[in-house]
Amino acid sequence: MIHPIPNGTRDVLPDEMRELRAITEAMRGVFEHRGYGEVWTPTIEFEDVLRRGETGVEPGYRVFDDHGHVMALRPDMTVPIARVVATRYAAAEPPLRFSYFAHAYRGVRPHRGQMREFLQAGIELVGAPGSHGTVEALTVLCEALDATGLVGYRIALGSASLYPALLRTFDVPDAVGERLLGALGDRDFVRLEREVAAHGLHDALVRVPQLRGGHEVLDEITGGEADGVRAILADLPPAVRERIVLDLGLARGLGYYTGSVFDVLDPALGEPLGGGGRYDDLLSRFGRDLPAVGFALHVDRLHLALAGEEAAA
Amino acid sequence: MPDLTIAVPRGALLRETLDLLDGVGVDTAEVRANDRKLLFGDVGIVTMRPSDVPTYVEAGAADVGVTGKDVLTEQDERQVVEMLDLGYGPCRMIFATVAGERDPAAEALRRLGVMRVATKYSRIAARYFEQTGRQAEIVEVKGSVELAPLTGLVEAIVDLTATGTTLRENGLVIREEIMTSTARLIANPVSHKLKSAAIDELTSRMRGIVAPTSAPGP
Repeated sequence: MIHPIPNGTRDVLPDEMRELRAITEAMRGVFEHRGYGEVWTPTIEFEDVLRRGETGVEPGYRVFDDHGHVMALRPDMTVPIARVVATRYAAAEPPLRFSYFAHAYRGVRPHRGQMREFLQAGIELVGAPGSHGTVEALTVLCEALDATGLVGYRIALGSASLYPALLRTFDVPDAVGERLLGALGDRDFVRLEREVAAHGLHDALVRVPQLRGGHEVLDEITGGEADGVRAILADLPPAVRERIVLDLGLARGLGYYTGSVFDVLDPALGEPLGGGGRYDDLLSRFGRDLPAVGFALHVDRLHLALAGEEAAA
Repeated sequence: MPDLTIAVPRGALLRETLDLLDGVGVDTAEVRANDRKLLFGDVGIVTMRPSDVPTYVEAGAADVGVTGKDVLTEQDERQVVEMLDLGYGPCRMIFATVAGERDPAAEALRRLGVMRVATKYSRIAARYFEQTGRQAEIVEVKGSVELAPLTGLVEAIVDLTATGTTLRENGLVIREEIMTSTARLIANPVSHKLKSAAIDELTSRMRGIVAPTSAPGP
């Protein structure tokens, strides 16, 4: 007789659990020390409240309650925390700092490191605008990763506003710009190059989003489009700055990012361990117009990367 | 230890991929001399079916790889970076039926409301018929697709063809072209950042060979 569990879920048994706990406890210590109080929110939320975030992240599971309301399992923690800020901290003086360790749910193709139910660890910093908020988030991120014992990680840093600024610089019509952003979002540089050539646009629109590496890649951008990235680099503490790899084509799938975006990469794993960025418009959709920045790490992937580094050592 | 692990497709794209790798300074002599061995650690080459290349590259088991645009389109959920059109291995994804004045697929649609289509590319086929507003039952086959309409299993096929010879020899005629395909260089998204210098160097050398006149990359 078999007793199946839903596709994309799994059981965690004590040996693995001890290792996962060691990771989350190490990060929890950093978050607490930095003043990011931990919160819990409901696993299920009303679907229309989640939709107010306009994040483009579709919930993977929906259920009805006893009144026929549609509820959804949260696909991330950013929108629930935006709701908490707007309702429970409606009059509180910013900045506000929160951390969480929570399961989220998405209808993805399950594979190791990305189940449909997955544990996220992250922070949200609300009401700290501009580069110093982003610098704080990146600093806490590196401290948390250091605390887990991860050694070889890098932070790929880009800006969600860089390519749109470039499109404006070169007077690219909106409809064409959408196509270029679509190709960039799909990481399809062949299509990007074709679209740029077909519309007779400047080749910087192909070249710039392929720039990756140290701060010297910014020399290629003579307009003001990369000033935001420059300001952050200038303010980062040295220990964080040496972890940064610039990626001027970084276009994260989530639509709510407005400025800096970043991914956590480790040579031991083929996909990012997590990421984050600025989302200065999201809170206003819930009635509190505050800038915000945050990140979320996949605890399972962090665990895999730690195991991979251990095996390679 | 080479800087990059390269996933090389066996089959129709193998010869030109190895020629290209020779051209950019990767020694492929051992690969050419040995068609059973799969992993060539000294030169960083792993060989596999073209349809497995995105799987290895997505997971980071290979940093870069070469495969057809047809494979990438069929597996479009794979998180890989598409770096360069290599130009070789040109072929077309086509919709074909048994030759004759009456198109049996159109006839099935008209009278029965749905046509049956055999293919190895079920997602490309399903998407194409959705886009063109036709109801199709996709029959996934693993072997020779051309056989399916000849036996009455289906009314039509969606398949890849380079010259059209096999289709003609089996009495099939191309009714529509769905897409064209060539070989592509793809990269793992993490390697793309952490090994950017090596990947950009490889890409620009390959570009120098396959498209010497086109605009330079970064």
